Amino acid sequence: MLTPRNRRELRKIGVGLLFISPWIVGFLALNLYPIIASFYYSLTRYSPISSPRFIGLFNYEKLLYFDPLFIKALTNTLYFVVFAVPLGNMLALALAVLLNQKVKGLSLFRTIFYLPSILPLVATSIVWTWLLHPQYGAVSVIMAELGLPIISWFSDPHWAKPALIMMSMWGTGWMMLIYLAALQDVPQELYDVASLDGASLWRKFRHVTVPMISPIILFNTIVGLIGAFQYFTEAYIITEGGPGDSTLFYSLYLFQNAFAYFKMGYASAMAWLLFLVILILTFLIFRSSAKRVYYHGN
Amino acid sequence: MFANIGIKRTNINNTVSFVLLVGLSAAFILPLFWMITTSLKPIDQLLLDPPVWIPSPLEFENYPNALEAQPFLQYLGNSLQIAVAAVIGALISNSLVAYGFSRVEWKGRDIVFVLVLSTLMLPYHVVMIPLFVSFSKIGWVNTWLPLIVPAWLGHPFFIFMLRQFMLGIPKELSEATRIDGGSEWILLTRVILPLCKPALATVALFQFIWSWNDFIGPLIYLNDRSLYPMSLGLALYHNSQGITDFSILMAASTMAVVPIIIIFFFMQRVFIQGISLTGLKG
Repeated sequence: MLTPRNRRELRKIGVGLLFISPWIVGFLALNLYPIIASFYYSLTRYSPISSPRFIGLFNYEKLLYFDPLFIKALTNTLYFVVFAVPLGNMLALALAVLLNQKVKGLSLFRTIFYLPSILPLVATSIVWTWLLHPQYGAVSVIMAELGLPIISWFSDPHWAKPALIMMSMWGTGWMMLIYLAALQDVPQELYDVASLDGASLWRKFRHVTVPMISPIILFNTIVGLIGAFQYFTEAYIITEGGPGDSTLFYSLYLFQNAFAYFKMGYASAMAWLLFLVILILTFLIFRSSAKRVYYHGN
Repeated sequence: MFANIGIKRTNINNTVSFVLLVGLSAAFILPLFWMITTSLKPIDQLLLDPPVWIPSPLEFENYPNALEAQPFLQYLGNSLQIAVAAVIGALISNSLVAYGFSRVEWKGRDIVFVLVLSTLMLPYHVVMIPLFVSFSKIGWVNTWLPLIVPAWLGHPFFIFMLRQFMLGIPKELSEATRIDGGSEWILLTRVILPLCKPALATVALFQFIWSWNDFIGPLIYLNDRSLYPMSLGLALYHNSQGITDFSILMAASTMAVVPIIIIFFFMQRVFIQGISLTGLKG
């Protein structure tokens, strides 16, 4: 027997579920089912024209032990993550700190730094191809003026990745905006007290600013990390993985396996390994930062 | 006297910051400047060594030429339709879901909400292949549905943002309407949503930009050129062109970028607000 109280409770659950029902449908159809299906596919040989055939862990074994391109794609991606995420983060924080100095023209500067991060990547990728053209690109002109050697950027296996990292730093504006909002929330009194103690600018930054915004640094690092592991569009448009596989990134190789070679099972195994790597790294970052991140009230 | 020194020092800091900002701005503007100046170069000034910074005369013909080289206007129209359909869906679905997670109290709500947030961690590539298989089974490949329908089912980022916003609205407001016999639906549409306008504007804006910029979705799902959005049309055009067409390519890129820039300038405040609305402040 339901008491009136229970009945009311049940009714409320019903109302709640009704309101969130779009999300429930989305969760089941766009998240839960695909995750399970992806894992199942990863254990099969599967091309769109045939049905999946179960082959156990064969795809994973092949990836880890017999596919040099996979290892190449993984190391390329790690290279990209290791440089692009911290450099983008540091540039974003530096820009935010500069903007927070109450300089003139704040909103103009903010626009200039933020805008590149919301522009369509296909268009900006084409622009960068042209910008870094070894002979006719603007960057080459400037470097020649400064007496620097000419670099072939996207057509040089050693410089293609740094060039893409540079481009990704150009798109760091969204992070800057998040840092700026966080910096404006740091109480001025803390700086005043530090000034009374004779703290230098650097010490104020290091011992007031950084601890106060540490949750945001953690947030930006993790969001940046997840994004960098899925780096795709720029490499697809600008370099198509070349030269010499130097920009064959994980997502690009995964995409090629799935939609160019139609190895859906193999690509699914790649996706699951990526998922695991991201989960483990996020977990490690959370754990190692636990003591360093400071959460103040509210 | 010490106060004076203090003031001077902040002035110097400000000046140093200003100079640094001007230098960095120049670097950030360079790619876009290069795009626009190239889009206005006559063909005989495109491949000069050293290149010219500002062409003379300015060749505006590159824009009509770009529109002739590819149906870019059609691509723009397609992008617009996809983005608007996604925005409408995002506004409706995320409002409903966020309401269910903030203004209705039910058992298990907060546990389910953790599940919502956890889906943010899921890389697109894990769901990409099964989604493609499912969508092709129901005949959605080569239609816009896979690009639009997911937006109608809520997005964790928007749900989170709207929920935070709705939680900030005093409970008493809901109680008053409930006592008057108003249903939850009336509460949502008449009381809560009108108060959420800034947050809803942020949702609309970000969904529009995501849809407009989306590349991998159209790349996977669309085959017919007549269905292509700007991003895909531009990419294919880029792949088929040689170096001599860069002024036309830059004109096309400018056309893909300008709508976003215009929207940004008109809605700058909403962008900035969006960041603080998510509660991402320290």
